[in-house]
Amino acid sequence: MSAKTADLELGKDLIGLEDLSREQVLGILDTAEPFKEISERQIKKVPVLRGQTIVNLFFEPSTRTRISFEFAEKRLGADTVNISSSGSSVQKGETLVDTARNLEAMRINMVVVRHGSAGAAGFLADRIPSNVINAGDGQHEHPTQGLLDLLTIRDRFGSIDGRRVCIVGDILHSRVARSNIWGLLKCGAEVAVCGPKTLIPKGIEELGVHVIPRVEEAIEWCDVLYVLRLQLERMDAGYVPSLREYNRVFGVSSERLAHASDEMVVLHPGPMNRGVEIDSDVADGPRSVILPQVTNGVAVRMAVLYLLSGGNPERAEAAKRGDA
Amino acid sequence: MSRPLLLVGGRTIDPSQFLDGPGDLLVRDGRIEALGQVTAVPEDAERVDVDGLVVAPGFIDLHVHLREPGDEHKETIRSGALAAVAGGFTTVWAMPNTDPPIDDPAAVGFVRAAGARAGGARVSPVGAASLALKGEQMTEVGELVAAGAVAVTDDGHPIWDGSLMRRLLEYTQTFGIPVVQHAEDPVLSAGGVMNEGTVATALGLRGIPNASEAAIVARDLYLAELTGGHLHVQHVSTREAVDLIESARSRGAHVTAEVTPHHLALTEEAVRGYRTEAKMNPPLRTEADRDALRSGLAEGVIDAIATDHAPHHYQGKEREFDDAPFGVVGLETALGVCMSELVQTGILSLSDMVDRLSCGPARIMGLEGGTLRPGSPADIVVFDPEERWTVDPAQFRSKSRNTPFAGRELRGRVRRTIVGGETRFLEPQEQPARSLTRAG
Repeated sequence: MSAKTADLELGKDLIGLEDLSREQVLGILDTAEPFKEISERQIKKVPVLRGQTIVNLFFEPSTRTRISFEFAEKRLGADTVNISSSGSSVQKGETLVDTARNLEAMRINMVVVRHGSAGAAGFLADRIPSNVINAGDGQHEHPTQGLLDLLTIRDRFGSIDGRRVCIVGDILHSRVARSNIWGLLKCGAEVAVCGPKTLIPKGIEELGVHVIPRVEEAIEWCDVLYVLRLQLERMDAGYVPSLREYNRVFGVSSERLAHASDEMVVLHPGPMNRGVEIDSDVADGPRSVILPQVTNGVAVRMAVLYLLSGGNPERAEAAKRGDA
Repeated sequence: MSRPLLLVGGRTIDPSQFLDGPGDLLVRDGRIEALGQVTAVPEDAERVDVDGLVVAPGFIDLHVHLREPGDEHKETIRSGALAAVAGGFTTVWAMPNTDPPIDDPAAVGFVRAAGARAGGARVSPVGAASLALKGEQMTEVGELVAAGAVAVTDDGHPIWDGSLMRRLLEYTQTFGIPVVQHAEDPVLSAGGVMNEGTVATALGLRGIPNASEAAIVARDLYLAELTGGHLHVQHVSTREAVDLIESARSRGAHVTAEVTPHHLALTEEAVRGYRTEAKMNPPLRTEADRDALRSGLAEGVIDAIATDHAPHHYQGKEREFDDAPFGVVGLETALGVCMSELVQTGILSLSDMVDRLSCGPARIMGLEGGTLRPGSPADIVVFDPEERWTVDPAQFRSKSRNTPFAGRELRGRVRRTIVGGETRFLEPQEQPARSLTRAG
């Protein structure tokens, strides 16, 4: 990615937050601000990407991320095509390179890609001239998720600088955790991770985070508790003995939150396993900003689409009015 | 037989005789006839000026995959044997994990015969240790040896069953061959595609811990001590394994070990960018591991440099990192990498490097070759220790291009490789006279 730090030149693709500068991350968040309002209108559409073709290429099942992207694309006036792995030529053994080249041959403008293998989005980006947006590649990154989380934290606290954020749960298998770690550190937050040692990857401290062994301690320490989904298959693979025990030891309950600071908020990337990593009264309670995250997701994705398509961040306001 | 050949004015390095100095070398009837001050030069001898070049015993690679039978689009015995001589190797050990695997005497005979026809390096078949490499039932080791196998291994897979490993270490003693082990705990490594650690964590890739290698090395060393069998540990990649081998040997275990040029040169950092050409098993490890391998090699804990030459078609490597196959080619870059990374850096003397590439492998395996002693087979490499060149995979004799060293400038290049008295590789590419007449 050819990213200049001085301005918001994002380059061709958005593969991960590790590759971005602090200015770029904050610039995307700033660009998202004016786009928030579009979704609040009666007629939720501006012609910024009119005539552009965007392919949502999903090799892994996804509901929320795909829908969020699709809303963002449609509200900017783009034409979209959804391809999911079931029923596509992918299942007939076509390689990722061939899939990409065939799409390219149909003259598209952008690809939003979700893939089960780390590095797949970058692999695609290096091989086609279209813009590529990573919608999650294996356990590597999920940059738009990271950005929407940052936006949600900034909305709540005014700034991310100096905030203490603890990510709780399955860090090992989480691309969301990785994108958040990079994004949060660049924006000046203090970052910790917490979870059973079986789900904390080796060498994580060297990324610049610290490890808190107990969730009680994490709750007392942080301003933002970011609760990750515990995939049910982790139990079968032996990372945790049972979901019940996970909930007992690491579950975020209102009793545990009694020791939190008054302003502390709870995030979750969804979909939630209520009663496993998070209890319902927390998910639906006053500290939860889980639904604002979802709302921000559309605005952040609009901002990313706009910027990658060549939009000027300073003209986002005008773009929103429809006269860009 | 070919004309006698006199190599004039080279620097002769032969650690098997503690030789390093100027001298001529006379080859006659496939054998080394004289060395040093050669007085009786036959009249019809071809004189070749090798001033400024090193003359050394031909390199011996204890670990190559030639892919035939089964994957001839990646490599054949012929293309592999020719790649070997281009890299200065005069003998290679061909691993049995082909399709079908080399687990019966006929298959061993096939590899031998195809190797003999190839016109490159000598090809020594290594037989499978278990039928179909399944790790269950021992192969007919005696039959394999009778057909020409020089060792047994399940390489590609570890010999996982401790009881089978014990029996192999016992049974092979009748034939005086080593049990060659790819040391890895397949359960601890399951799903792993690179070294476990910070880089894997940042890339979101599944890691293979050092303990996966160390645990099996430790077990096998105890079994070697228990049985008195000869254990050869392939491609050592961890500092833990180096320590284990050193201490077991000091207790008297019959253990030998090899290390690859890529593990000596690179670390896990080479994987960044999801570079599939840096994906191999065992994986590239940390700097601490690489340094331990280097000093283990320098101190002689590790006996040999072996390439683990593992050709793969570009379509196989041009894909998602998780799905790309493990392995890199190494025959044609080994000398340059070792010279640049070990000799230029002062880790090994030139003579020690020749020892680890030639004499070490011959000594530990009790092979002919690995020496310039008069009367020995004339397996010789002539190389320029100073020449700089840039690795261009398109120039490889190997059918595959999967190298992590593409574009890298290396120092040290093979100029001539002689197998059994016959020049089988010559750089620059003037064909040796004999080959020309044969081609007709």
